[in-house]
Amino acid sequence: MTSQPSGSEPSGTPPGFPLAILAELTHRCPLQCPYCSNPVALEAASAELDTDTWLRAIEEVAELGALQIHFSGGEPTSRKDLETLIRKANEVGLYSNLITAGVLVGEDRLSSLADAGLDHVQLSFQDSEAAGCDRIGGFKGGFEKKLEFAKSVNALDLPLTANMVVHRQNLANLETMLELAVELTARRVEIAHVQYYGWAYVNRAALMPTRAQLERATEIVEEARERLKGILVIDYVVPDYYAKRPKSCMGGWGQQFLNISPAGKVLPCHAAESITSLSFDRFPDKSLREIWETSDAFLAYRGTDWMPEPCRSCDRREIDWGGCRCQAFAITGAADNVDPACALSPEHELLQALAQEDSHAGSDDFLYRTRRTGLELQDA
Amino acid sequence: MTERIEITETSVPALPRGVKLRFDKQRDQWVLLAPERLFVLDSIALEIVKRCKGEANIDEIADDLATSFSAPKDVVMKDVIALLQDLTDKRILTA
Repeated sequence: MTSQPSGSEPSGTPPGFPLAILAELTHRCPLQCPYCSNPVALEAASAELDTDTWLRAIEEVAELGALQIHFSGGEPTSRKDLETLIRKANEVGLYSNLITAGVLVGEDRLSSLADAGLDHVQLSFQDSEAAGCDRIGGFKGGFEKKLEFAKSVNALDLPLTANMVVHRQNLANLETMLELAVELTARRVEIAHVQYYGWAYVNRAALMPTRAQLERATEIVEEARERLKGILVIDYVVPDYYAKRPKSCMGGWGQQFLNISPAGKVLPCHAAESITSLSFDRFPDKSLREIWETSDAFLAYRGTDWMPEPCRSCDRREIDWGGCRCQAFAITGAADNVDPACALSPEHELLQALAQEDSHAGSDDFLYRTRRTGLELQDA
Repeated sequence: MTERIEITETSVPALPRGVKLRFDKQRDQWVLLAPERLFVLDSIALEIVKRCKGEANIDEIADDLATSFSAPKDVVMKDVIALLQDLTDKRILTA
């Protein structure tokens, strides 16, 4: 996403407007991916916002200035009102993106989503072949359904992005993943190394790639970008455990992005709930504008005033905005510490040692994402 | 299988489904909205993209722009091809 000039206002000043909203309509999902970006504590279907509340949220976020809406989950197509929500997004001028596993929807439903005004489909693949895809996603027959779904997307002339989350157990297939994206005539593919929050954090030892795997993956992507120029756009997300500089997480905390959870918690990023020292306002208890402009959670790390040294005087402070708060919290215990992905963090070596150790952990067993496992993990 | 499109004087450019030209009133700018992307258009890019409707070819678009902005056509043509080839390679324009 293009970054929006947001200036260097002190953290008390609300910056312009959010650019995009991630609408997590539900945590229900037929897949059980062990790196799911949802929190470990999954919200129950009975807690989900109703249709009217989502319609209001869509209107409010458009008024706030957002241009894009990502319908996600869980599996967003498990909501029967998705057409109604897409129609509203279209009406208020939001570009709509469906982030789906593609296993619940046949051509009829997809056609009705397209008629409602859906602009783009992002389809996940857990691997480039059935055995791996179905094992990693924990859903038998999923791969075949995804291929069928991709055909339907193409038949409707909707733009398709293939999303491939990569890790130690599927990186050997990276070249065939890229081939698959080309065969499916996707316009874009996202090769996204797992980011270690929530479920992925729990499954780190089964997912972490070796440094050699990472280096090979980067070579493959660079070569493919040249070869497939004009055919397939490749977005590549690297694992920051092996990085030297942190990523510009969310384009800056509370600066471009907001996320609404199925039960209405409004978050600066989808992993923010992992920061247990923060509390989050709910929609519709407060308006989205009030939450965006004044809530403690959004103000906490917005801008540069919250930063510790060496971030505060770093010439990259408005490039990476101090990296990722969730990672700082997960690894160092405090969300306002330097992101350990940065080589200037005192915990950087610790992070690299963790990556090294996990990448050679030896066990490939997953703790699959289910509501029950989530509850057990919380109790533990 | 998709093949790379090369933009030439006879190409007829158009925005494909899933790419939308929109005025962003909050930020007072024109943008192209595309899958996971947002391209802010400057005034020149806007004039070019507005003309990509699947009707005029590149030669006609360059003619039109050269006349409208009293600019030499060969210079305009170069700019148009460069911009539209770039957008095509990003898969947000078809021809």
